[in-house]
Amino acid sequence: MDTLNKQTANIVVWALLLAMPFWIKLLGGYTELCTQVLVFALAAMALNFLLGFTGVLSFGHAAYFGLGAYGVAMTIKYLEPSTPLALLVGVLVGTAAAAVIGWLIVNLRGVYFAMVTIAFGQVFYFITFRWNNVTGGDDGLTGWARVPINLGFTTLDILHNPTMFYYFVLVVFAIAVGIMAFLLRSPFGRTLLAIRENERRARFLGIPVERHIWLSFVISCLFVSLAGGLYALLNNFVDPRALRWDMSGNFVIIAVLGGMRSFWGPLIGAAIFVVLQDYVSSMTENWMSFLGLFFVLIVLFFPRGVLGIIRRKVTS
Amino acid sequence: MSLLRAENVTKKFGNLVAVDNVSMTVEPGELRAVIGPNGAGKTTFFNTISGFLTQTSGKIIFDNEDISGLLPARRVWRGITRTFQITEVFPELSVRENLRIAVEVASGYKLRIWQSADNESEVKARVVDLLEMGGLSDKADRLVGEMSHGDQRATEIMMALALKPRLLLLDEPTAGMGDQETYDTTQLIRRLHRDQKLTIVLIEHDMRVVFHLADRIMVLAEGKMLAEGTPKEIADNEAVQAAYLGKAAA
Repeated sequence: MDTLNKQTANIVVWALLLAMPFWIKLLGGYTELCTQVLVFALAAMALNFLLGFTGVLSFGHAAYFGLGAYGVAMTIKYLEPSTPLALLVGVLVGTAAAAVIGWLIVNLRGVYFAMVTIAFGQVFYFITFRWNNVTGGDDGLTGWARVPINLGFTTLDILHNPTMFYYFVLVVFAIAVGIMAFLLRSPFGRTLLAIRENERRARFLGIPVERHIWLSFVISCLFVSLAGGLYALLNNFVDPRALRWDMSGNFVIIAVLGGMRSFWGPLIGAAIFVVLQDYVSSMTENWMSFLGLFFVLIVLFFPRGVLGIIRRKVTS
Repeated sequence: MSLLRAENVTKKFGNLVAVDNVSMTVEPGELRAVIGPNGAGKTTFFNTISGFLTQTSGKIIFDNEDISGLLPARRVWRGITRTFQITEVFPELSVRENLRIAVEVASGYKLRIWQSADNESEVKARVVDLLEMGGLSDKADRLVGEMSHGDQRATEIMMALALKPRLLLLDEPTAGMGDQETYDTTQLIRRLHRDQKLTIVLIEHDMRVVFHLADRIMVLAEGKMLAEGTPKEIADNEAVQAAYLGKAAA
């Protein structure tokens, strides 16, 4: 019964995502909005690999999101106009930084871990903010754009065709999410659950807890830098706000809002976040206070997030 | 040849000497109980064996190897597993999942991201065995956090057993249990000892349990070893009686 429910949920999710550029127009949205949902969903699901499935809170994931974004932008602008190469470089840069920083902080727990991740995040923020002649500083990095992808027999014009770009992002999203789901269902994934559930027991089962948390952190940051790369491609632009601490906060909010104990929770959180941002910010500058209010209500009354509410409705 | 030798173990916390020059030798297949009044240093002594704490001085020899400086996970790999005074399980997972994780880790799959169907059915079969042994078969799919204290404790013991330990350390296995649960847990430990020939060291407050189960008993008081011997010798020991009665009189 449980697995059947999961399968149905998966089919519904993928059907909705595949058709999103069409039905979003009926709701008054536009294609770029769909792509933005995917990008933030990927970032929050990557964060949730660490937060929801390993039990470790990072408040500095924007650093790797931003490194992915700058990696993509700088590769296309300075190195080689190729979208796949740019994404590869972005992911490698973000993951390498995460591997080093993760190794330094993996012995910290709880709020100490969260604080140090913020601190390292801000280090990267200030580097991009100050290093004007390379990163463009506060103005961001302009004068580049995503490059159509040549597949040999045909060219995907992801630059001028927003729908094409949406489906390109959806394919990348599907691969990334598929890998994360696969990992979580493996024996390795279950050791992460074990650490989330009870670190002391995990240690006394013989799981090298620090090593596994480090691995989870690096995997999580790998996918968050991929999301960052896609974010840069989506905007054809990147600025230091992509790796500021409040961007990290957004990812945490999205994950918690949607439901951090469930795999698809952050996707729902991202949809709410992006749509709220779009609609409410067209009416008032202070859209964040509305999101904040919504967030507080959810956390107070539905600690399992929006997906938790839906689940309870379905089972009752 | 002895399986475990603790040699002159001392553990200090600042000026407090929690364990004072305690030695213990455990033979393979033995069930040893460690008893003593509250604050006698039993759990601290235990922690130095499992690697939860590092002793201030002295040595822990396991299977003729000095393991004094090894991290907990490495001691687990050598065959020492333990349970805790406060049950440590994975509360939001089912009993089956709890045991499955333990079995997979024990099989060396902890870094695997893929399992063959053969491996998977092996793991499942072993989990079914453990469920049966622990009397948990009919509760296999319940969340551990929602079960009774006794069943949680049984789950924890079976998780420790999933690791195929050569030495099982039980810290107050019947603490906080009612009569029926205490009886069930005692029977479970006895079965493991008799049927699996498992070497067990346990700390226990309940004297009925201790005298029912133990081959030999070590008594600690104020960090020092007071006596060691068979249950009969300990029951007749005047120093032990004084320690317990003195405590009660005060």
